[in-house]
Amino acid sequence: MPVERLPGVHTGQSAADVTAEVERGLLLSTVGKAVAWARKNSMWPATFGLACCAIEMMAAGAGDYDLSRWGMEIFRASPRQADLMIVAGRVSQKMGPVLRQIYDQMPEPKWVISMGVCASSGGMFNNYGLIQGVDTIVPVDIYVPGCPPRPEMLMYGILRLHEKVQREARVP
Amino acid sequence: MQAADLAARLRERFPDVLEARGEVTLVVEAAALREALEHLRTEPDLACEALSDLTVTDWPDRDPRFWVAYHLRSREHGHRLRVKVGLPPEPDPPHVPSVTDPFPTANWLEREAFDFFGVVFDGHPDLRRIEMPEDWDGHPLRKSEPLAGVATRYKGAFIPPPDQRGT
Repeated sequence: MPVERLPGVHTGQSAADVTAEVERGLLLSTVGKAVAWARKNSMWPATFGLACCAIEMMAAGAGDYDLSRWGMEIFRASPRQADLMIVAGRVSQKMGPVLRQIYDQMPEPKWVISMGVCASSGGMFNNYGLIQGVDTIVPVDIYVPGCPPRPEMLMYGILRLHEKVQREARVP
Repeated sequence: MQAADLAARLRERFPDVLEARGEVTLVVEAAALREALEHLRTEPDLACEALSDLTVTDWPDRDPRFWVAYHLRSREHGHRLRVKVGLPPEPDPPHVPSVTDPFPTANWLEREAFDFFGVVFDGHPDLRRIEMPEDWDGHPLRKSEPLAGVATRYKGAFIPPPDQRGT
């Protein structure tokens, strides 16, 4: 496809023409927005499957749904290399301190998606075994409802999180 | 051995033997439990050398309130039988002798029963909670415990159940 050019630019005949061309070809931003753009497009989740939601999370990462379209196909086994925790499944009372420790080990900036109703509110397990909402122990950015949510729902939640990351444009 | 034959064989020694739906249940006193299990384990034609499960049921407002059930199996003869011990509501916690000596697998099973029902197994080498957090208050499978609306307890922090949280 031929590139459209303003007349006179190729020969540099007019300083005003050159200025117009430069303004037309540059994209101006802030450092914060550029960093946020980079972060949202290379967000690495920590492997944190706890129950059946993890199966849907794995399906979202595999070929049919292909999370790598948004630069996040690698689920890191180490929380030190991850910046997104997808709490996929029910959190038992004994798992709570473990989950919090893994969250604390993740480097800043970090985000949390609460996947499924069990992680979000305890779900149907309103009993002694489970923590009633993972938001009581870690700050949650996105709640994805469903039992379990389909990969499309998780991907929608991730895309909403991307919007949030871009909007916040945090600078360290 | 068929269930009826097994029940008849057990009645030679034990007075309280039930046979229903092809299952044999033997009810003994807590004080006679260890002796009974040892008999069932070592007698050649019984040979119940495997303790396949240990369970507890809680019947509030009844005496005995707790029933501890020992599910035995004989690999040699292929039969199964159940030994039950009734425990009165008082004293609380109830006590029953540990059977970890002839059946090492009872170690974790008795810890689980203690964890969920608060039954104390006398003579257990290491009677700690096994499933619930160590600092948990109460024994959650007792009928007197709440069914729902349980608070979250986290490293000393206390988070009330959702319907009691502020906005």
